[in-house]
Amino acid sequence: MFGLNRNDTLLLIFVAIITFAAPILMNPFPTESSLAQFNAGYPDLMQRFVIFGIFAIGFNILFGLTGYLSFGHAAFLGAGSYACVWMFKLFGYNVLPGIILSVIVAGILSVAIGYISLRRSGIYFSILTLAFAQMSFALAYSVLGQDMFGLQGGLTNGETGLQVYTSDPQIFHSEAAPNLPHLFGLPMRETWVWEYGAWSFQFNAGFYLCAIIMLVVFYMSIRIFRSPFGMMLRAIKTNQNRLNYTGVNTRPYALAAFVISGMYAGLAGGLLSAMDPLAGAERMQWTASGEVVLMTILGGAGTLIGPVLGAGLIKYFENIFSKINDAILEGWFAFLPETIGDAVVWVLHFFVGKGWHLTLGLMFMIVVIFLPGGLVGGLVQGAKRLFGGRRRKNAPPPSASPTSQAAE
Amino acid sequence: MAILQVRNVSKRFGGLQALNDVNLSVEAGTVHAIIGPNGAGKSTLLNCFVGRLIPDTGTVMFDGKSLLGIKPHQINQIGVSRVFQTPEIFGDLSLLENVMIPTFANRDGAFKVNWWKRADRESDVQEHAEAVLQEIGLYEKRHEIADAMSRGDKRRLEMAMCLSQDPKLLLLDEPTAGMSRADTNATIDLLKRLSETRGLTKVIIEHDMHVVFSLANYISVLAQGTVIAENTPELIKGDPRVKEAYLGTEAE
Amino acid sequence: MDLDAILLQVLNGLDKGSAYALIALGLTLIFGTLGVVNFAHGALFMVGAFCAVSLERLLTISQISIDESKTDFLGNPLEVETPYIEMWFGEAIGQGIIDWSVPLAILLTIPVMLIIGIAMERGLIKHFYKRPHADQILVTFGLAIVIGEIIKASFGATENPVAAPAALARVTDVGALVGADTINVTYPSWRLIYMAFAAVVIGAIFAFLQFTTFGMVVRAGMADRETVGLLGIDIDRRFTIMFAIAAVVAGLAGVMYVPIKPPSYELGMQFLVISFVVVVVGGMGSLPGAVAAGFLLGLLEAFASTEWAKDIIPGIDQIIIYVVAIIILLTRPRGLMGRKGVMEE
Ligand SMILES: Nc1ncnc2c1ncn2[C@@H]1O[C@H](COP(=O)(O)OP(=O)(O)O)[C@@H](O)[C@H]1O
Ligand SMILES: [Mg+2]
Repeated sequence: MFGLNRNDTLLLIFVAIITFAAPILMNPFPTESSLAQFNAGYPDLMQRFVIFGIFAIGFNILFGLTGYLSFGHAAFLGAGSYACVWMFKLFGYNVLPGIILSVIVAGILSVAIGYISLRRSGIYFSILTLAFAQMSFALAYSVLGQDMFGLQGGLTNGETGLQVYTSDPQIFHSEAAPNLPHLFGLPMRETWVWEYGAWSFQFNAGFYLCAIIMLVVFYMSIRIFRSPFGMMLRAIKTNQNRLNYTGVNTRPYALAAFVISGMYAGLAGGLLSAMDPLAGAERMQWTASGEVVLMTILGGAGTLIGPVLGAGLIKYFENIFSKINDAILEGWFAFLPETIGDAVVWVLHFFVGKGWHLTLGLMFMIVVIFLPGGLVGGLVQGAKRLFGGRRRKNAPPPSASPTSQAAE
Repeated sequence: MAILQVRNVSKRFGGLQALNDVNLSVEAGTVHAIIGPNGAGKSTLLNCFVGRLIPDTGTVMFDGKSLLGIKPHQINQIGVSRVFQTPEIFGDLSLLENVMIPTFANRDGAFKVNWWKRADRESDVQEHAEAVLQEIGLYEKRHEIADAMSRGDKRRLEMAMCLSQDPKLLLLDEPTAGMSRADTNATIDLLKRLSETRGLTKVIIEHDMHVVFSLANYISVLAQGTVIAENTPELIKGDPRVKEAYLGTEAE
Repeated sequence: MDLDAILLQVLNGLDKGSAYALIALGLTLIFGTLGVVNFAHGALFMVGAFCAVSLERLLTISQISIDESKTDFLGNPLEVETPYIEMWFGEAIGQGIIDWSVPLAILLTIPVMLIIGIAMERGLIKHFYKRPHADQILVTFGLAIVIGEIIKASFGATENPVAAPAALARVTDVGALVGADTINVTYPSWRLIYMAFAAVVIGAIFAFLQFTTFGMVVRAGMADRETVGLLGIDIDRRFTIMFAIAAVVAGLAGVMYVPIKPPSYELGMQFLVISFVVVVVGGMGSLPGAVAAGFLLGLLEAFASTEWAKDIIPGIDQIIIYVVAIIILLTRPRGLMGRKGVMEE
């Protein structure tokens, strides 16, 4: 189906079901229960899941396939965000032009940065991308945020961040349209709440727009992975030299991958603005680049679903883990004798709440040390070990795809 | 007609004259062996053919075109493929993919963003790659990962990659080094068979005289960057300068 | 710009450059010897800085007593805190020790960083020698996050200022210092001391590598690891020591930097980016390159932050380092003094 092989089709359908059902699946605990704080089914967080999923899927096309480790993708995320807000300011709150422009702007920027950075490889490439992103951040934060060309606040409005003011032209804005981001009249904030027993599920328009876009770009990334183009990119990762001596001009291939992943990042940035029409320079900071690296590695670079999983996990931890405080911990361990309970709480309290980054860092180290393929790579390995022997006995591996080893 | 013409090629690395005024001409359809002691500059010479190095002076003409100043992928695209001294393959990919990639490069040129089609639905490329693997005896292993192969299989895989491109000129850098006698003989048979079925031109660097004398139509002897002798195998055998180069009389 | 203004910026540049050079030196040493890209090096710098904070905290642990003779504004007897150290050594000496806690922290930093360095190399880095550089970057990046978080949990999220000794926390008349009364520039004394300190440490490292057998082997190892391994020299043990030395250098750079920039748990990451830029500009694995690039970038940054430069190109101060890094990497692929073939694959 969809021109994919059986496994990929199943994977796509699986992801689609999970995504569409997310408002229910992510809300397993009744609203009034003490566990409700672990619910992730509220619009804001779910939007982030899919938006950062898009970011990571795109990053994976570059890093997972070609092995080029960019530390500068935040520049494209930020550029996309600014572009989208600008469309709001100039034309009105319909998100479609904003999203399209964010992809275009990020694409142009990534052609420029990629063309230069790809003249080097290895860590030199990483540092070049990092330098470009830091430069973009500094420019967005200071110079481009000063009044220029008669524009108050310049292109980025500096520290304050770019936002829409009532004095902005918004030339296509009609009275009928809502005064906040919308898609042809459907506000992104629109949320339909379904009360079911003790549960309350929120179905949000913005989330579903992002989810549909994510599924489309996820589908595209599967196609890229399975295509001759994707095969060339993987060949770049294993042996770029050989590829050159095989008659392939590797530089434009790497650049194509860079630009595609940059456009994914721009799309993610545009969607962030479309959900919340405010763009700040911190989206360009290198920590944001580091975050997408973490997501991709954690889930499994070079796997299809890994980056989405990694993005979801990290965003979940960021929002939920960080909410657990000592009082909650004490509640959990109240059944233990007091001294032991206190000790347990004391230990755990370093890993939750404000300390969730510690958990993140440790988790990340463990994954890199023990599971070089990330969580998904680890699962696949485990599954192979469990089922591999049996399958081999029964039948030779299906003569299916030559690309099967990048599966799942 | 000479398909490869090397004229007055010299190359220096710092204080080392790796190649010194080398002249060579390779006739189409022949097997031209380059022999010489270690460090003679044989690999360096091949590097000058494929764009890895640019000689300080001299010209390298292939099929009427200069090979100097153009990129490795362009050189490959006009029909020169090389098997390296240490196998250069795509270690993380399957054997089939390893051979499909050069086939794609032949069909689609140096760059084409072919991202919508499925690689396993490109049946012409896949069938071609499978046929080449069959020919070289690796078909059964086509789904295995290249890095897991034995050294000998890796060499044969690299040969398959080159053959899949139907090159006009095949450069082989010590294709049997480190192989067992049996594997070496198999490789000789393979290369012989290729000469018969495809008639492609080969330049082969080899230490194993058994290999050289079973395959070569013509031999050049390189020592300390200079061609000290060249002739047909029968005549080279008796040449005292060759013995000297190999026995290592240190006199310059 | 007049001469004094230029001199002031030169001093600013040397000041920044000293820190950059010190951090980059350790980083490039680790890369050159062990072949490891250590993204946790900024964190080591930070740990050094927090050695000073810890020592000051330790020294000021106080006994709380109630002084009946004094009252606060509510009329209650006043609680006074007396550091134990003042009780043991007398007030004058005790206060002196506390006042000098930053320089004294050097004595704490060296063993602490040695232990951390050895533990880190044996426990983690060792297993990554053969892994791709990307993996090294990632695991040390994770470690940097962990170290930062441990610091945050222990010292809070805010900055932790520790002052320089009072005697050094003033300004020096540079003209008088060099004996030229035409120069009319004053400069914070501690920053001048930091420069001198950096010069000594850098000199010591170079001398160590140049004149000791140990250093000779390490330099040979940097040039060609395999050959040295073949000689049967136990290069691994030496590399452990080298890593520990690099950690000590980073720690020393950090501990002395405390009065200049109060450390917070983000300090490591702040310095990480810039120090990598320095190393890459200097050429990965090149010690003189790291030092040269450190001072070069420090000076450029200082001059770019003058009003004069900012008038010509707005925002130049923010981006100068990155612009230079990009230009150098594009024109000199291996940085200023990098060797061929390093990190190319
Ligand atoms: N890129 C290079 N830089 C410096 N010296 C080189 C380089 N490539 C080869 N050499 C030197 O040139 C000489 C010839 O090497 P090579 O062509 O590999 O010899 P062989 O005939 O054994 O293939 C050797 O001494 C080698 O060390
Ligand atoms: Mg050779």
